Amino acid sequence: MTPLVAFLIVAAMVFAIGLAIALTRRNAILVLIGIELMLNAANLNLIAFWRFGSKPEALTGMMFAIFSIAVAAAEAAVGLGLVIAYHRHSRTTDLEAMTRMKG
Amino acid sequence: MISGIGIVFLLTAALTVAGALAAALLRNLVHCALSLTVTFAGLALLYLQLDAQFAGFAQILVYIGAVAILVVFAILLTRGAGVQEYRSYGSRWFGSLVIAAAVFALLTWAVVKSLPAGGAIAQTPSVTVQSIGAALMSGYVLPLEIVAVLLTVALVGAVIVAMPENKAKAIVEKEGGQ
Repeated sequence: MTPLVAFLIVAAMVFAIGLAIALTRRNAILVLIGIELMLNAANLNLIAFWRFGSKPEALTGMMFAIFSIAVAAAEAAVGLGLVIAYHRHSRTTDLEAMTRMKG
Repeated sequence: MISGIGIVFLLTAALTVAGALAAALLRNLVHCALSLTVTFAGLALLYLQLDAQFAGFAQILVYIGAVAILVVFAILLTRGAGVQEYRSYGSRWFGSLVIAAAVFALLTWAVVKSLPAGGAIAQTPSVTVQSIGAALMSGYVLPLEIVAVLLTVALVGAVIVAMPENKAKAIVEKEGGQ
């Protein structure tokens, strides 16, 4: 097993666990945590391919990962803001009780 | 730095996956957030092993320093720390687990099948923070500006969304009236 394969398998594990969290948990914040884990797994893939690619000096994969980190931070802020707003309105973060988003 | 799969890689990979599993399985939300932080730290260590120092430290700053704190704040704002939920898993958890396992199996199968077994070990790339800065200011300047605008819009939007409703409405009316 080459190092690239090992890194990709770790990323696949983290992605699958993130997907399981996003699909199974009932709390909206935990679903956001699962989405963050999936984004992080994708970043690990990007960095691994950048490192073991043919031209790492071109910095393409690294830049992709850095921009992806920035977009993930924005996504986390907006998602948690939405959860807090929903909680203020109807006192729950339980996804099975969230059936409407109209105020 | 990398030659084959070392003990350091195995330890950090085990730490990362264990943190993610703990986030999936623990019942207390604060414990989930803390194990998520462990996973972020493990991923930062993996980046450092891949000679991506800038991405590793950006991961520590952005995820451990900001996103984890934000998650803990959101948890503490939405419910008491010690309160247990009645049921922490949804009603269709078994099907979801099957889907996640199938995705993992498919990804692993594709990775093992498609990559060459031998694979030359690449040389350590000579990438410094200076070259990353130069690339951000030359070839990647348009994406950098777009990300700057995106972050501003997203953070202002998050503040507006999370604001109490009457206050947000008053601000919107004041801005609209001018």
